[in-house]
Amino acid sequence: MTPSRVAFAAILGKDLRAELRTLQSLPAMALFSVTTFVIFRFGLDRTSLSGSLAAGVLWATLLFAAVLGINRLFVAEREEGGFDAIRLAPIDRSALFAAKVAALLVYLLALELVAVPIFAVFFLSSAASLPPLLAVLALADLGLAATGTLISSMAVNSRARDLLVPLVLLPLAVPLMIAATGATEPLMALGGPSYDRFGTWLMVLGLYDLIFALVGYAVFDFLLED
Amino acid sequence: MSAEEPRPQPAIRLAGLRRDYGDRAALDGVDLELAAGESLVVLGPNGAGKTTLLRVLGTLLRPSGGEVEVLGCALPREAWKLRGRIGYLGHEPLLYRDLSGRENLRFQARLHGIGAAPAEARIAALLAAVGMERRADERVAELSAGMRQRLSICRSVLHEPELLLLDEPDSNLDVEGRELARELIGPDSGSTRVVVTHDPERFLPEADRVLRLGIDELAAVS
Repeated sequence: MTPSRVAFAAILGKDLRAELRTLQSLPAMALFSVTTFVIFRFGLDRTSLSGSLAAGVLWATLLFAAVLGINRLFVAEREEGGFDAIRLAPIDRSALFAAKVAALLVYLLALELVAVPIFAVFFLSSAASLPPLLAVLALADLGLAATGTLISSMAVNSRARDLLVPLVLLPLAVPLMIAATGATEPLMALGGPSYDRFGTWLMVLGLYDLIFALVGYAVFDFLLED
Repeated sequence: MSAEEPRPQPAIRLAGLRRDYGDRAALDGVDLELAAGESLVVLGPNGAGKTTLLRVLGTLLRPSGGEVEVLGCALPREAWKLRGRIGYLGHEPLLYRDLSGRENLRFQARLHGIGAAPAEARIAALLAAVGMERRADERVAELSAGMRQRLSICRSVLHEPELLLLDEPDSNLDVEGRELARELIGPDSGSTRVVVTHDPERFLPEADRVLRLGIDELAAVS
């Protein structure tokens, strides 16, 4: 049996190399988020946002941009026979789940490196909320990556996967969005960031991450069966 | 009374193998024993279940009924023990289009737990054996179907499998490619082989056993 860390590194390295070479997901995710911010800016006719509205605009945009990457997460495995190659190898299949979660996490972090500064320029009057926002982004990204990987692996064999991913993912992401916006809202309050129930929301995000990471680990092997 | 030699365990043993797709039986009651090192050629018309048989033997499909034992492992229960011992060459090359041939083989080597230095040596030897050294660093998407097949052959034998499952192994190969491939996946490869083909003239001379699958007929072994 190949050690899981070796299989994890091999699959993650393969995914990142292929994405760097083809740029099939990241540019689309970044462009989508920037375009959405522009639409919000003119649609709301506001040059500054705060509180729940700012948190909602940020997280709704990041979530929908993430769906673009989640849709494509297993396409190479499906269309190029990678599932069979991986199923024939002496590896623990949870290494594939972990590597895909890690790859999606990298995509989300790269997306946020572009999207969050642009959001701040468009809508925030001060950058004071950004340092504590990093903790919310990290925890929410982990949950979104675990849930997204799980849903993407279920949907990839369907011809309607482009419809299936958002239809299944978005309801599952509701608790994640409630916690992420709940933690972000006080950070973007008028008059500067506050930390009202910030720790509680972070714990909710951590719990969500844990639940979906465990569910993914438990069922992924079954999902790969014919 | 003479002491009888213990009968060697067959490499493949099928008893009443059945595989259904919904209401339709793709395989129904296949019985077979194949000794280690032997070559089995599987013949039959389109839709007879040849590829399904290979995928069941390769642990890629679960049998719906019957007994399946491959290299001493009962399927599907012990499929995990079998992985890494099979070389599978299917209709799809199982290569990532956006990686080069060499990168694909390195990826496969890592999945099979082959260390970096032995992997590089093995990859170089295989690429040379199929005449692909000069094109190995091009993206698979840019290669012809025949070249992909040569790379796919390298992938299937990279980890020196005990059992080779070959689905139309000559497809897309030119005459030179067929001869080169023969070195790696032919009867002298040392592996037990199951070859699915529509070209009996080419493969029957090297077969130890022949399995004929028919639509709505019982499988016949000779």
